[in-house]
Amino acid sequence: MKYDIILCGVGGQGVLSVAAAIAGCAAAEGLKVRQSEVHGMAQRGGAVMSHLRLSDADIPGDLVPRGEADMILSMEPLEALRYTGYLKPEGACVAAAAPFENIPSYPDLDGVHARLAGLPGAKVIEAKSLARDAGNPRAVNMVMVGAASNHLPLAQEALEASITALFTRKGDEVVRSNITAFRAGRSA
Amino acid sequence: MSNPALLGDEAVALGAMHAGISAAYGYPGTPSTEIMEYLQAAAESGDADEPVARWSANEKTAMEEALGVSMCGKRALVTMKHVGVNVAADAFMNAALLDISGGVVVAVADDPGMHSSQNEQDSRYYADFAMIPCLEPTSQQEAYDMTRAAFDLSEALAVPVVLRLVTRLSHSRAAIAPKPARDMNGLSKAGDRKGWTLIPAWARIRYNELIGKQDRMAAMAEASPYNVVTDGGSGDGRLGIITTGLARNYFHENVGELEGAWTHLHIGHSPWPVEKIESLIESTDRLLILEEGMPLLERYIRGIGRRAADTAFIAGKLDGTVPRAGELNPDNVRAALGLPARPVMDFDPGSLPPRPPQLCRGCPHEDSFAFIKEVQEEMEATVVTADIGCYALGVLPPYSVPDSVVCMGASVTMAKGAAEAGHPNVMAVIGDSTFYHSGLTGLVDCVADQAAVTIIIVDNSTVAMTGGQETMLPSGRLPEVVEGIGVAKEHIHVVDAKKKEHDDNVAILRKELAHQGPSVIITVRECIETLRKKMSAARAAKGAAS
Repeated sequence: MKYDIILCGVGGQGVLSVAAAIAGCAAAEGLKVRQSEVHGMAQRGGAVMSHLRLSDADIPGDLVPRGEADMILSMEPLEALRYTGYLKPEGACVAAAAPFENIPSYPDLDGVHARLAGLPGAKVIEAKSLARDAGNPRAVNMVMVGAASNHLPLAQEALEASITALFTRKGDEVVRSNITAFRAGRSA
Repeated sequence: MSNPALLGDEAVALGAMHAGISAAYGYPGTPSTEIMEYLQAAAESGDADEPVARWSANEKTAMEEALGVSMCGKRALVTMKHVGVNVAADAFMNAALLDISGGVVVAVADDPGMHSSQNEQDSRYYADFAMIPCLEPTSQQEAYDMTRAAFDLSEALAVPVVLRLVTRLSHSRAAIAPKPARDMNGLSKAGDRKGWTLIPAWARIRYNELIGKQDRMAAMAEASPYNVVTDGGSGDGRLGIITTGLARNYFHENVGELEGAWTHLHIGHSPWPVEKIESLIESTDRLLILEEGMPLLERYIRGIGRRAADTAFIAGKLDGTVPRAGELNPDNVRAALGLPARPVMDFDPGSLPPRPPQLCRGCPHEDSFAFIKEVQEEMEATVVTADIGCYALGVLPPYSVPDSVVCMGASVTMAKGAAEAGHPNVMAVIGDSTFYHSGLTGLVDCVADQAAVTIIIVDNSTVAMTGGQETMLPSGRLPEVVEGIGVAKEHIHVVDAKKKEHDDNVAILRKELAHQGPSVIITVRECIETLRKKMSAARAAKGAAS
């Protein structure tokens, strides 16, 4: 088994916490994990993309080849479109619906959503409102992990344990709302 | 033993701790920063046995501090990004001549593809230049193991050793298996000062020593477990492949689909294992050279004046088989191996606007650039030199202010040059940490010659670009520092980088540009990111207390 993910979004959107939740779970389940991160100038409000590779065998490198990604998991709809060249023909794409508009030429949002709708295996998630409904507007990223979880080779309980571990030091309430957010994303 | 997922940088840090270092020095620089941050976190954990782990004013002072540790018999790690080696080069090159006592390892993180850098120079050239070994890991485990091996090599050969990393390894996580730690060396000052004193008479002896070590270095590389030959496939016409660095991973990613026989030599330890390379060339019909970085090995192998037939036999970066610029990846290595592209999803994403990095919303540099821009626009002719840091992003719209960004400290000295070329209205923009790193000496030049420059120190009280490390000295001391160097007090201004100060700041800048001598305007406001982190830490502390 091997599962390659392209995680993307805009610098500052918390792509790393999504990677940490999934990677932490996979490692706890005994899988091999490679997870690339973006630091330095590249992360300052620009497009960021990170590679996350899970496998039960040795993983040759840190980068996902083009045509090998099982999933694009994007915190932003425009950014999801940027990396479709990495997707396998049968790959999935899970993208948050809300735009991050920090460029003057941001295209028409309906057009972006329509373009995504034409991508086989794409699912657009109203992550913001789902997180708010879960009682924690900052849990958008865990909504996205939940939405991705339907495709991931990881059990729901294992992912929830990983999320719990990630937020334990912030207290029970934060853990609870993030788990609720995860479940909301999973059933979206 | 636990099996933590570490960044490549963190694996180097742990390897160095377990190799028994007593000290580590460096200057923050992407993608090397996390080596020191890991060591500092370990030191802060309170264990008295953890090594000293300190940022330095620049890479040269870091390298020299490490040499002092080594002269006293203890091991030291030096960390920097690739362009930092240029700053450290004086100390670095001379260090190769010394009788290194405690092991010295220079961990350099290169940035092929320029994710966060102004060039993509290849640090292997520096190891080659200094005639010292270079180890190049391809995984987090190797980063850990090779760091330890590098200290062994350094002490066995009595030379510094380069550990060359690249962004994709430095900033990627995987689990590693650590090994038992060894003790630090005891304090033991070098007995013979001739090994550490490079006056010409003794330096000649030392240089001959270094030349004399070359055969042993070569023999160790020849036998190194990091230089590995593998055979595979079957059929006529054997393909030879040499990989260095992460090229190995991308070769492995694709090798399953290769048709025909092949022999693969991976080189992780230089100087070059010449016998292994020669035997590969003799036993193969074609040779593909895949190097992460510049074509260093390829140039050696091609040599000078080879016949066209020989050149056709070798493929690599110099003939365009592999892209000359940018980083390698599984896809361009795949193409170089002659394999067809993998099928991808049939989908047209349309044309997408780029999203370049930009200053954070609320960044103090926004307000600094706003007043500089106003003055720039009202004047007929200006020169604005800028420097290395977040404020380099001021070259992009909506600011588009600086005319140049070259290297650490160059804003100050290029401004002096522009003024002395006769250009009016010359301004330099430099950050507080960059000023301490390499701006001070330039200001000495400006003061000595009374150059007509206005230096704007954008003081956000941190090394922002690399994640908010502390500036070496409190930036509040900057006014005294520039006055101490000799800038006249009436031409030193400390202002707030705030919107409400905009008009006053414009007036001050106008006035100082009219002054035909050096002026310094320090625009002060804390980095919005470090402020956010502090507030969030304070909230967490309050939450924990309640």
